[in-house]
Order: sequence, then C-alpha cells, then structure tokens
Amino acid sequence: MKCRKCGAKASVNMHQHKLALCKEHYLEWVPEQTERFIKKYQMFKRGDRILVAVSGGKDSLSLWDILVRLGYQVDGLYIGLGIDEGIGYSSESHRLAEKFANENNLNLHIVDIEKEYSQPIPVLAEISHRGHGKPCAVCGLTKRHVMNRIARDLGYDVLATGHNLDDEAAVLFGNTLSWSGEYLLRQGPVLPSTDGLARKVKPLCRFYEREMTAYALLRGIEYIYEECPFAEGSTSIYYKELLNKLETDRPGSKLTFYLRFLEARQSGLFVEHNVAADGDLPTYLHPCPNCGQPTSAPGLCSFCRLMEKVKAESNAL
Amino acid sequence: MAVKLILRDKEYEVKSGMTLLSSLEKCNVNPESVIATRNGEMILEDEILKDGDVIKLVAVISGG
Ligand SMILES: [Zn+2]
Ligand SMILES: [Zn+2]
Repeated sequence: MKCRKCGAKASVNMHQHKLALCKEHYLEWVPEQTERFIKKYQMFKRGDRILVAVSGGKDSLSLWDILVRLGYQVDGLYIGLGIDEGIGYSSESHRLAEKFANENNLNLHIVDIEKEYSQPIPVLAEISHRGHGKPCAVCGLTKRHVMNRIARDLGYDVLATGHNLDDEAAVLFGNTLSWSGEYLLRQGPVLPSTDGLARKVKPLCRFYEREMTAYALLRGIEYIYEECPFAEGSTSIYYKELLNKLETDRPGSKLTFYLRFLEARQSGLFVEHNVAADGDLPTYLHPCPNCGQPTSAPGLCSFCRLMEKVKAESNAL
Repeated sequence: MAVKLILRDKEYEVKSGMTLLSSLEKCNVNPESVIATRNGEMILEDEILKDGDVIKLVAVISGG
C-alpha cells in the first residue's frame, strides 16, 4: 500500500477514511486533524491555558505531544493512584509521564493520592465499600475531583483528556444499551464549564485507538503498555472488542456510530429537563459546602463524603 | 521455518507466503485491535509474510 500524499510505502492504513499514509505524512496528518477538531468543536483558543491529564498511557502522552507541536500553552497533570498489584503500575506510569515532561521541557503537576488523602486508591475503595471489590468507581470519582480542583486552583481555562473514539464509542454503546438519557445528553467532545467546574475537552475524540497507538509508536513516545490491573475484564474493554468486530466487517461503523450520535444530540434528540431559567447550573445541582464542586446530593459531594468515611475509619483505629 | 506472531504472552505460528491479514485471521486476532511490526517497522495488512519473519503485535485496546 502506498502513501496517498507521496507514493512512498505506507505505514498506516485507515479504512474508514480510505486513506493510507507513510510515517512522515501520518505524523503531519494527526496534528492537522486535531487542530481541525479543536476549531470545529470550539474547544479552546490560542493563548488559553490548557491542563492535560496525563496517565502515562499512549493517548494522554500523544495528546500532550500534539498540543505542544501545535503551539498551544499546555501543562500536564499526573495523578498518582498508588496502584501496584505486583507490577508497579502507578510507579511505572509516573516514571513515563515525568520522563516525557523532562525530555520535552514541559511543566508537570503531580498529585499523589496517598500523600494528599492519606490512602492509595485501592484502600480508599475498600473503605468506601463501593464498586463490588473493584476500585474503578472510586478511582474515577477521585480523579474527577482532583482534576477539577487543580484546574480551578491553578487557574487553567480548560482541562483536556486523551479520550479517543473507541473510548467514546464504548461509553456511548453502554449508555445506549441502558438508555441512560442523562448521560447521553452530557457526552460529547466538550463539557462546558459550570460554577466550580473547569471546561473539559477531548481533542482526540475522532481518532481510533489504533491510530493513537500508531502515532505514539511512530513518534517514539514511550508509554505504559501494561493495562491497569483492575481494568482487566472490564465492560469497557468488552465493548471495545465487540465494536472492533463490527468495524472489521463494516469499516467506518465505529466512527459513524459516534458522529451520528453527536448530530442527533446537536439536533435536540435528548432534552434537558432541569435547567434553571438563567442558564445557570441545573437546579438540582448545588455547590458542595466543603469543596465547592457542584453536586446533586444534599450536603457534601460524593468525594467529600468518601473523605469523611476515611477520616472516621482512621480515627476508629 | 515459518512465520511467528507474538501478542503479549501469546505466540502463534503460520505458514509463510500469506498476507498479514490472512495470518491474523488464521490466529483469530482482530486486525482492528492490533498494530503489526516487523524489525521495529509497522507493516500493513497486504504485506506478504516470509519464512523466518517474527511479527510483533502491539495491542491497541486499553481499559478505562
Ligand atoms: Zn507520504
Ligand atoms: Zn465536596
């Protein structure tokens, strides 16, 4: 197969775009496309201060690399989860995030969960009794809280995450199977800022996971290849595999599934029920009295309630 | 001699002379879920695999 731009041997073939490219032209094409999506979905402007959440994985490190290559002003945030499970998962991802930052002279903020909240994620999950023995729910809750806190406290305009199209299609598939209207309404490339919450964007949401892997490999970005030990056997991986079977038989179905959803959402297929008249926070949300982040629960938000539980447990010991 | 394909801790062997795509199908590996490399270079589905080739498959799916 030959590169469409120069006729040299192609390194990447994208069936859904009927496009094959050589290494050089692929590494040009990815940032060009990213810039196009940033503009199309009005994610941010030049001069905005961007915080990218980096996990040490291929998507977030590639996102950081692409945004820097495009000339944006972007710092990183690494959250140390304290997941070891015999393979040193967190310490290795930390090392790779730091290595990337150092090699490219970039500014990386580091938040270590155990240092700041007294316990690593697996212990916080145990104390919370949430998630049926898997820490993923508590991990997600904690990461969201920390990202929002750092973005707000350090005055960033926007928080960028490395979600790719396969991530988004898997979430969409799950929300469609359960017809979770509330979640469908909120899923998209941009989540506008509300009081106390930073604006969130997903500049890679139209790239297949395969394309992001190709980008990281061709750019020589060293990323954590090992899966988070707790993600093994997860529903999202199962959905991704299902969607890839569909994609192999019908190239482009993943992309169409996501893009048609965005169009449907744009045209008002899903409707908000609880918006305040002044366009402020939906009426059922209020700021948490402790941390200020919006919550639907009466009183403290779920994260602050978790922290209360942790405090109670350690006082009881 | 044949062609060896390696994916994480799994190893597969196929006859030489087939394309990468047919080789992946033989091993029941979804081509959409991996990237194939030979001697550190990425190769595409139409590549004919030769005797003695060692193909490293990089899994692309991650959880989260
Ligand atoms: Zn080219
Ligand atoms: Zn709170």
